[in-house]
Amino acid sequence: MKANKSRIEKHHIEDFIGRTYMSFCVTLLIVIIVSMVYFVASKGLSTFISGTTSVSEFFFGTKWSPDGDTPSFGALPFISGSFLVTLLAALIASPLSICAALFMTEIVPGWGKKLLQPVIELLSGIPSVVYGFVGLSVIVPLLRNIFPGQGIGVAAGALVLSVMILPTITSVAADALSSLPQNLKESSFALGATRWQTISRVIIPTTLPAIMTGVVLGMARAFGEALAVQMVIGNAPFVPRSLFESASTLTSVITLGMGNTTMGSPHNNALWSMALVLMLMTFVFVFLVRLLERRNKI
Amino acid sequence: MQFRKSWIMTLALTSVLALSACGANNATTNNGGGNTSATNAPTETSGTELKGSVLASGSTALQPLVEQVAEKFMESNKGVDIQVQGGGSGTGLTQVAEKQVDIGNSDVFAEEKLKDADADKAAALVDHQVAVVAIAAVTNKEVGVKDLTKQQLVDIFTGKVTNWKEVGGKDEKIQIINRPGSSGTRATFESFALGTKTEDLQGSIQEDSSGTVKKLVSETPGAIGYLALSYLDDSLTTLSYDGVEPSVDNVIAGKYPVWAYEHMYTNGEPNETVKAFLDYFLTDEVQSGDVVELGYIPASKMQVARDVKGNVTTK
Amino acid sequence: MKPRTADKIATTLIVFFALLIVGILVGLLGYILMRGISHISWDFLTSAPQKIRAGGGVGPQLFNSIFLLFLTLLITVPLGLGAGIFMAEYARPGKLTAFIRLIVEVLSSFPSIVVGLFGLLLIVNYFNLGFSLISGALALTVFNLPLMVRITEQAFRTVPKQQKEAGFALGLSKWKIVTSVLFPVALPTIITGTILSAGRVFGEAAALMFTAGMSSPRLDFGNWNPLSPSSPLNPFRPAETLAVHIWKINSEGLAPDAVQIAAGASAVLVITVLIFNLAARYFGRFIYRKLTASKRMN
Repeated sequence: MKANKSRIEKHHIEDFIGRTYMSFCVTLLIVIIVSMVYFVASKGLSTFISGTTSVSEFFFGTKWSPDGDTPSFGALPFISGSFLVTLLAALIASPLSICAALFMTEIVPGWGKKLLQPVIELLSGIPSVVYGFVGLSVIVPLLRNIFPGQGIGVAAGALVLSVMILPTITSVAADALSSLPQNLKESSFALGATRWQTISRVIIPTTLPAIMTGVVLGMARAFGEALAVQMVIGNAPFVPRSLFESASTLTSVITLGMGNTTMGSPHNNALWSMALVLMLMTFVFVFLVRLLERRNKI
Repeated sequence: MQFRKSWIMTLALTSVLALSACGANNATTNNGGGNTSATNAPTETSGTELKGSVLASGSTALQPLVEQVAEKFMESNKGVDIQVQGGGSGTGLTQVAEKQVDIGNSDVFAEEKLKDADADKAAALVDHQVAVVAIAAVTNKEVGVKDLTKQQLVDIFTGKVTNWKEVGGKDEKIQIINRPGSSGTRATFESFALGTKTEDLQGSIQEDSSGTVKKLVSETPGAIGYLALSYLDDSLTTLSYDGVEPSVDNVIAGKYPVWAYEHMYTNGEPNETVKAFLDYFLTDEVQSGDVVELGYIPASKMQVARDVKGNVTTK
Repeated sequence: MKPRTADKIATTLIVFFALLIVGILVGLLGYILMRGISHISWDFLTSAPQKIRAGGGVGPQLFNSIFLLFLTLLITVPLGLGAGIFMAEYARPGKLTAFIRLIVEVLSSFPSIVVGLFGLLLIVNYFNLGFSLISGALALTVFNLPLMVRITEQAFRTVPKQQKEAGFALGLSKWKIVTSVLFPVALPTIITGTILSAGRVFGEAAALMFTAGMSSPRLDFGNWNPLSPSSPLNPFRPAETLAVHIWKINSEGLAPDAVQIAAGASAVLVITVLIFNLAARYFGRFIYRKLTASKRMN
């Protein structure tokens, strides 16, 4: 009886320790995110609280000259630059990725997957500095020779980013396509539809929310990418007039300026405000993904 | 489960062993390769007076020099440990003002970064000028210009002149490769070459790093940029400024004006160890040796001096 | 257009785009390896970098990358396992669980530069750990932890229900079931996922520039006392990793062979990621076989 009792207690103790440890881990996750939001927000909001610039001037001002005689902190060039390269990259990468996903799941499901799966995994594993390095030594000279301008600019940034987000979109899209119920396709074929008709009328419309999830995830990655973009985009603080003109993104201006400015100076605070914008955009992207996932379930 | 646990432990142990084996190999190849860095463990030698650790951070332009001098200093003073970190001039000044580091390295005077509300922080910092960096305007080899006056440079960087033929070169559009507004190199170039702050131009390229600027100027037709003297080579055309060639001798003699000090700031007067290190920096051994070797100009050799407001006086 | 013609055109296009992606990867890898591999030698991998002379290596950087990865995994794996097991086995569906899942999602999609800035503010400056390996590892933890949580949770969810029920039927405590029944089955998936996430850590640069620093003090590979400042094992020393080194010599390199070193280092980085990928596949399969075999013996 005694022995039995102590054994039960040992189990209880183990269980208790396990639970406590796990609660600690989960609490830590919450602590991390709360402190991140708190610190980035408190630094980022100081620009507006200290009266350096107003919210509307920050978001809609086009003049960025933080060290000028009359400093102005218009971040519109960076915000628009970020959105521009992100959207362009998604526009280039999405069709390619969807084709790759179709190739893996519909055209040649056997060796297509065997061929593309490792390719996708490798592409996602290549570090972003290497992408930037290749972009600067291959894509920039190529664009300079074909198009007007110096090669460096929005187009180069978008191209580099599009390769970087290919794997994200492809793998999500391929997962969505392969989880499609087999009978949907079979009934379409039974009605005499060709493969393309099945793909375009049945498969794509049904899996569209899931594919869009992949696109949004890819855009989230493109929006936050720093080094690769900074190396090829040119970093002029202006809203670009053409795709082959030098421009900036939120991430590139932060990378350039953070080390050269002192903590607490208006310039530095403005960079933190941009980091806050990046953070808020992450929330937006996650929210969009959630929205799409909900639609997907119905 | 017991078996698996021990298996994981074995795995962890093996990886640690493998790592240390790697390390041992590294050490031997270093010796074999004739690398001069000492590989034997530093031992506390009796008789050395200096002890303690020194932490320096800041300017990435100055970092290689401080690292190299620190290594030499540590070799002769085994009790001292000096860590040199990058992060940029702004970071260095922030950290030294907050007393997080002993030395803040900066490309610019602290007063230029720590302004307005932070001005009292700058006042507490003590400046140690250890080297001079001169900056030259450079162009792509194809533009056919060798010399520009101050006014011509101002016209180019303010966008008044947009074609090389207007300043005596080929018929080629001028492409400016500038630095970001927060860059110390740009501040120096604007103060002493242009004499005025310039607005960023639409479509101009801005790169913070000298390597990228060099690469872009040498590759882009019609490009103009500016680089520290240590980066210059045959892949670019170096421009004379008002007829004065940007050479080390001209800088030392005060003839070529586009230069700035490299600063090492301490918060208040330095302690004994830090002071010894900074003094070592100004010895002839370092100034004529490492400073020159790494492409800087020795501060001790300068025949002119300049204060924070930019007033130049002959020594 | 006839449906059959449309089908043919569409199929050709899909195949073309899919092969284009393969082409991009082959071109990318080929370019990086062709330019870099000739520069890789034992000496290059082990010797210290040179500041102005040619012939420098990436020895300390390679070591730093591996050591930083090791430190990061040392922190994230136990924490990730704890939180992941909690999410998979203990959390009851409800608002709190949904909230934690949202946190994991948001944390894993934060741009690495925001994580780096957070690390600079909190770990480097506020906790005064300086630019150091430990700061870098803590910053990497922020985005590696959510990945580990997700990997663990998914791995536990794929374990067949019957195994758990059999455990309950034997009267085992929940903790015992988790550790002795579910964990061994989930382990191969966890290891594969961990190795793949390790590849990402290995190539990370943006977050490390602000936390682990961009300098590599002279390392004394004969000194293995972790408290000694020149010891490679000291976690409180600044450490430039391979990815950060590529970024630095691309931008500030003074050595005459900086371009070749950047190319060589890129090749080393890509090869390492390749190895991680292969290892993940092989290891997962190997352990799976080992575990299933050992089960039969019991």
